[in-house]
Amino acid sequence: MKYVIIGNSVAATACIEGIRSVDKEGEITVVSAENRPAYGRPLISYIMLGRIAEQNADYRPKEFYEKNKVNVMLGQRAVKIDAGKKAVLLESGSEVFYDKLLISTGSRPFVPPMEGLDKVKDKFSFMTFDDMKSLSLALSEEKRVLVLGAGLIGLKCVEGIADKVKSVTVVDLAPRILSSVLDEGSSSIVQKFLEEKGVNFVLGDSVLSFYGANARLKSGKELPFDILVLAVGVRPEVSLLKEAGGEINRGAVVNERMCTSLPDIYAAGDCAEGYDKSAHANRVLAILPNAAFQGRCAGINMAGGDDVFDGGTPLNSLGFFELHIMTAGVYEGECSEDISGRNYKKLFVKEGKLVGFIIIGDIRNVGIYTALVREGTPLSQIDWRIMSKCPLLSAYSAKERDEKLNKGV
Amino acid sequence: MKRIYVKENRCLGCRLCEWECMYANSGLDAMFKLKGKQGEILPRIRVEDNPEDIHFAVNCRHCKQAICVKSCIAGALSKTDEGMVVIDKNKCVGCFTCVLVCPYGAIMPAADGKAAQKCMLCTDNDRGEPNCVKYCPNGAIVFEEGDL
Repeated sequence: MKYVIIGNSVAATACIEGIRSVDKEGEITVVSAENRPAYGRPLISYIMLGRIAEQNADYRPKEFYEKNKVNVMLGQRAVKIDAGKKAVLLESGSEVFYDKLLISTGSRPFVPPMEGLDKVKDKFSFMTFDDMKSLSLALSEEKRVLVLGAGLIGLKCVEGIADKVKSVTVVDLAPRILSSVLDEGSSSIVQKFLEEKGVNFVLGDSVLSFYGANARLKSGKELPFDILVLAVGVRPEVSLLKEAGGEINRGAVVNERMCTSLPDIYAAGDCAEGYDKSAHANRVLAILPNAAFQGRCAGINMAGGDDVFDGGTPLNSLGFFELHIMTAGVYEGECSEDISGRNYKKLFVKEGKLVGFIIIGDIRNVGIYTALVREGTPLSQIDWRIMSKCPLLSAYSAKERDEKLNKGV
Repeated sequence: MKRIYVKENRCLGCRLCEWECMYANSGLDAMFKLKGKQGEILPRIRVEDNPEDIHFAVNCRHCKQAICVKSCIAGALSKTDEGMVVIDKNKCVGCFTCVLVCPYGAIMPAADGKAAQKCMLCTDNDRGEPNCVKYCPNGAIVFEEGDL
């Protein structure tokens, strides 16, 4: 059996592990446009911060590929899938044939049209290791950085560069930062915190054009800058599958076994859709744990096993400097809140279940809440008075506690 | 693999296990020397109490399908061949996704806030066997062959 994987990050790695849990011998080839072993993409801001050394950024130990008998083609871009011939065409002109193919190409930056953008010399995305390296080289203490996008990618970049440059200004069309992850109250806490660290925000505004070293905003405001970081948004990278005739919605359409609409082609990770248990719909849930679950599921099925991805839940664990933020699920239903200073906690209960939360500050044991969201545990089965104050296992019944703490799990 | 299990009917909530855990991982030569060091070193086991005189200790369950391992953005968490969940501090970036996903509250930020920490059954210190189990005066924490 010949397995080919396009892309080489978390979903790809999990796919390798999934395949090898079923098939120890089949031939696995990874085609990677990037020139280094797999790494978790979110790591790039931490490398920039100096939180971990570059050589420790690999997602798996050095011997991983050898141990799993994987042929890794680094620095090779796949340019076409011929689903009839069951071959992947590479930029170099050579072809790689497959029996089972995984597309785990992640996402690519989305850049809206802005006049004069092509003339901006120092502009960067912040998605890949190479992006991070080239941005790092451009930074210096006298540079003013303009970041477009106050989402996760933009703000993690800000954290990584804040103490290395003269100033950082973030522009976002949304009226608040992290608008896809946080509600108003929590967003304003994080914004104030980042402002105290010297970050400037221009919200509810967008860049119309660039001229010289200036950005002209819709509001008429002008922002001078030296370095531009583009973090407006991302789109699933599905061009190969689309061109091959595979069904695409926003991301690659897959079933619960991670099969695309084309025979023997699977998709997993940020390029694929999947069931979102919180939204009760199929959609792209571009979070890292999902890529790991979907990739593994795809791998098992590619190798002839039987596995289903029964759905994911939105989850975010974010740190900015020493401030920690955790969110899960959806912010619907009845909200109970406990807010004091920089500590922020909102729990959302709907139809007798915890469906989501936003927590800033005290993050101890938060996973106990996440489990309630993930499993849809009826709150009538636990002592919610205890649990709503603090995530504790003692809120479970004696029988449940015994299951959790005295059995193999 | 041998795992830690807790007997809540034997636990008085004395929290000696928390101290023994800190001591085992402190490198100190006497437990009393932890005095004044709270905050510099944190236990990897935590005791829960509730008003109905219920107490029990919680530390890593070393889950077979460990969600923390799958969710780790850095590949810092992994499973050994025996099944123990281990963390590589040099790889951990301190994003605490593991804290967000652990259903037991059994992985936590280390004292410096820059990496996570968790129970590795005292294989990462000089004790060789779980110190919390060894010194629990009531037999409320046991170390036994798993898959009960």
